[in-house]
Formats: sequence, structure tokens, C-alpha cells
Amino acid sequence: MTAITVDRLQKSYGDTVAVREVSFAVDRGEIFGILGPNGAGKTTTVECIAGLRTPDGGAITVLGREPRDTALRRLVGVQLQESELPEKLTVREALELYATFYPEPVEWQRLADDLGLTGKLRTRFGKLSGGQKQRLSIALALIGGPKIAILDELTTGLDPQARRDTWELVESVRDRGVTVLLVTHFMAEAERLCDRVALIDAGRVVALDTPAGLIAQVSAEQRIRFRPSRPIEDALLTDLPEVREVRRRGTQLEVIGDGNVLHAVTATLAAHQIIANDLRVEQASLDDAFVRLTGRGIDGVGN
Amino acid sequence: MRVFAKLTGVELRLFLREPMLVFWTLAFPSLLVIILGCIPAFREPSPGLGGLRVIDLYVAIAIVLVLATLGLQGTSLVLATYRERGILRRLATTPARPAALLGAQLVMSLLTAIVSVVLVLVIGRLVFDVALPRQAAGFVVAFLGAAGATFAIGLLIAALAPSGKAANTIGTLLFFPTMFFAGLWTPREVFPDWLQRISDFTPLGAGERALQEAMSGHWPGWGSLAVLAAYMLVFGVAAARLFRWE
Repeated sequence: MTAITVDRLQKSYGDTVAVREVSFAVDRGEIFGILGPNGAGKTTTVECIAGLRTPDGGAITVLGREPRDTALRRLVGVQLQESELPEKLTVREALELYATFYPEPVEWQRLADDLGLTGKLRTRFGKLSGGQKQRLSIALALIGGPKIAILDELTTGLDPQARRDTWELVESVRDRGVTVLLVTHFMAEAERLCDRVALIDAGRVVALDTPAGLIAQVSAEQRIRFRPSRPIEDALLTDLPEVREVRRRGTQLEVIGDGNVLHAVTATLAAHQIIANDLRVEQASLDDAFVRLTGRGIDGVGN
Repeated sequence: MRVFAKLTGVELRLFLREPMLVFWTLAFPSLLVIILGCIPAFREPSPGLGGLRVIDLYVAIAIVLVLATLGLQGTSLVLATYRERGILRRLATTPARPAALLGAQLVMSLLTAIVSVVLVLVIGRLVFDVALPRQAAGFVVAFLGAAGATFAIGLLIAALAPSGKAANTIGTLLFFPTMFFAGLWTPREVFPDWLQRISDFTPLGAGERALQEAMSGHWPGWGSLAVLAAYMLVFGVAAARLFRWE
């Protein structure tokens, strides 16, 4: 079942083209990531999906409806960048207020607890740290018990611990059957959370796949490093079809290959009763995939 | 309706957390009446004012002051800040429409104005023996007309100002000339004729005149009410057309 379809979306602001041509479909119950550098058109895309902007071209459906359909406001929870609350509104007042907007809100106390806001209920919005504001913002997006949650740069400004906690929260939200559309420029976040990722660069989708699939598109290569418990001949490993190359660095061996190279190497070593000490496996990351697919790093640094 | 009541309640609480705004809208107009009433000459009937005392005039002027502070400065600042900070945009993604927040802010301002006006009337009556409006229905009509005109102007400021700060500047710049025409510094009744004519066509001048007429027992003149209605209509429609939610 499809939750969101975006078909040849286009959007310009004056002479600036924000979205050139973006198409993708989000399945129900998945965490779908929109990944790309700043200015790639990610936020414009989700703002069109959230019904906040009218596209210049293309078509969008959300749960089978037009994005501007007011019935969607109950079904879609949105956390936007740079959306604040009144300075002097407390966390508790914000949660209570937003809960009244929805016919069947989730219990705000539990949500506050999940997001680590319970100790801050009496604190005014203006006095919250960046991370706390962000968590409150996520809570407000989820308070209506939405079918779809749109989260734009949700962990920006969070410290590493808070980021990991937020990731767990997003996973638990998905486990409750909510479809999550996640905008991010953090590779690690996309790799950890997303079932599928659309890579957007300069207003276009450059690739769309699972994080593992994206990595495999650019490189199926794996590097294994270890210190054998006793000296071995290169041929022992180079004879394996999965192994492409063996390099030596002092007592350390580096084996480069693809597919099931790890399994092939460890099986051979075991058969010869050799122990692989300090075994490390290196795989290409989403970062590498991104650089290959766009020709530059996510922070816009040329490569 | 539950959402609207809740929004209005929250707006009221936020208002009460702004000590400066509370002072200038709820306390200052009454204080002004008290301070001016303490000047003995202002409590003497003056033949130049048709036998009225200066303090009698200032009750109506203080009521216009309440509306000017709330409409030109309070509401416009709050709404422009809400837009600047993305609060209206966030609301646009929920089942509560941003227009509801705008309505809640206006209702809250109107309630605040009513409380402050009652305070001014009661203090005028109890302390300085200023008669309560003799034409009560006319007074309510004049009050609502003046409130509608000032709030419509405030909404247009909020629609045009790019930021809360800009709204505050525009509101303050408008406050002084419009309050001058309402007679804050010198009552309209002692204006030269030509200045009074001009004043009749300004929103707060027309408002003060209508309120003053109701205070002294007449139905407010249709001319003043027409001026107020025109401001409400023109500025209200312009604000509705030009207001952007983000």
C-alpha cells in the first residue's frame, strides 16, 4: 500500500529552481528518508507534501488525497525546521493545547516521558535548550496519533545521546504502524533508520534504494584486515574466487574482495586452524555512495 | 469551539505573562484618569467645555487609549511575531487553522479591553464622580466600532510588517498621531475648528467623539459611526487580502 506518491514535482521561487523533478513513492509502514545536502530541495519537497506550498508542476497524493485536503491535517503529523512556539508557553501547555486539536490524541504524559520532557513540563519554551525544543517539536508532531509523520532534520542540534534516543523513538513510532518520512543530511541517521532512501541533489532524485542497496550500487567491495595466528601464504587466500587482492602490512593482512569474501576467508582460515586476530571488516558507507553518486560530499565539498 | 476556547485561554495566559503589556493596557489608562483627576482645576466645570470638567473628557480618552494600545501595538506585535517565528506555519499543519489563532488573539484583546474599560469607568465614577454612560446602548456601539476600527488597523500592520519588531515600530509611529487626534495631549473639545474637522475623520478621533457623545447621553453621531465602519471595512479587507501565514 502506498502512503505518499510524488510524481515529477517541480517548484521554483522566482528564478531559483528549488525542485527540478522529484518522483518517489513511500509505502505504508516504512521509514523513508530524503537525503541530500543543504539546498538540494528536500525541505521544499516535504513542504509540498505537507500542503504548505503549492507545486508549480507534478502531482502529489498523501493517503490517496490532495496534500491540501484538510482531512489530512488529522492524519499527518509534521515537524518543521524553524517552527517555534510562543516564548512564554510552557512545555505542558503546548502539549495540552496541541492535544485539543486532534480527535484522538495520544496521551501527552507518555509522549513527554518517551521524549525525556517530563522534567521540563513547567519550563517555558524560550528557556529550553535547542535539543529540548527539538524534542518538544517532535512530540507535537506525534501527539495527534498520525498515520504519517513528516520529520524535517529532526536530530539537528541534538547531542549524540539525544540523537540516539530520538532514533529509538522514531523506530518505536514506526513499530506502531506509522509511516515516517524523514528528511536528513546525516548519513548515519539515514543508514540506521531508513528502510529506503531517496538521494536528492540539485532538485533531482539521483538514486532511490535501501541504504545497503545504495552502497552496493557504488561498491560491492569489502576490506578485511587481520593478523593471522601463524604465517600463511598469499595463495591460500588468492585462490578463493571471492578474493581479488591480498596486501601485507607488517604482520597484518588486508584482503580485498566482494560478495561473501568474509565468509570464504574465515572458513578457509578455520579449515587450516588459523585464528584471525584483530579482525576488522570495512565496507563502503553511505557517505562513499553519496560522493560517488553526486560527485561531492554531503557538505558540498568538491571531490 | 473547544479548540477556540483553549486557544483563547492560552493567549490570555501569555498576555498576562507580559508585564509591560499588562501595565500599559490594564493599569495605565486608569492611572491616567487618577493622575489627571488629582489636578484640582481639572475637576472644575469649564464654560469652554460646555460646563463639563476636563476629567469628564478624559474618561472617554482613556478608553480610546486602551483600544489604541491593544490594537495598534499589542495585537499587531503578537501576530507579526507569530508569523516571523513560524508559529502560524506550524499551526497550519494541524487541524486547528491559523485563522483560529488570529481570532483567539482578537477575542482575548477584546476581553482585555472590556476589563480595562470597566476599570476606567468605575474609577471615574467612584473617585471623581464622572457619570456612567447615560446612553448605554450607544456607548456599547461606539466602543465596538472604535475597537473594530483599531483592531482592523492592527491586523493590517501585522499583515504588512515583516517582523514583530517592524510591527512594533509601525504601531508606535501610528499611535502618537492617532492618539493626538483623540485628544490624549489636549482634548478635542479645545481643538480649533479646522483641527476638529480633521480629527473627525481619524479612527481614534471619530472613536473618541462617538464615545463622548454616548457618555453625555446622546446616541453617537452617524458620521462618527460611519467613519469607524469605513476604517473597519477598508483596513479589515486589506488585512484579510494581504495577510500571509508565513
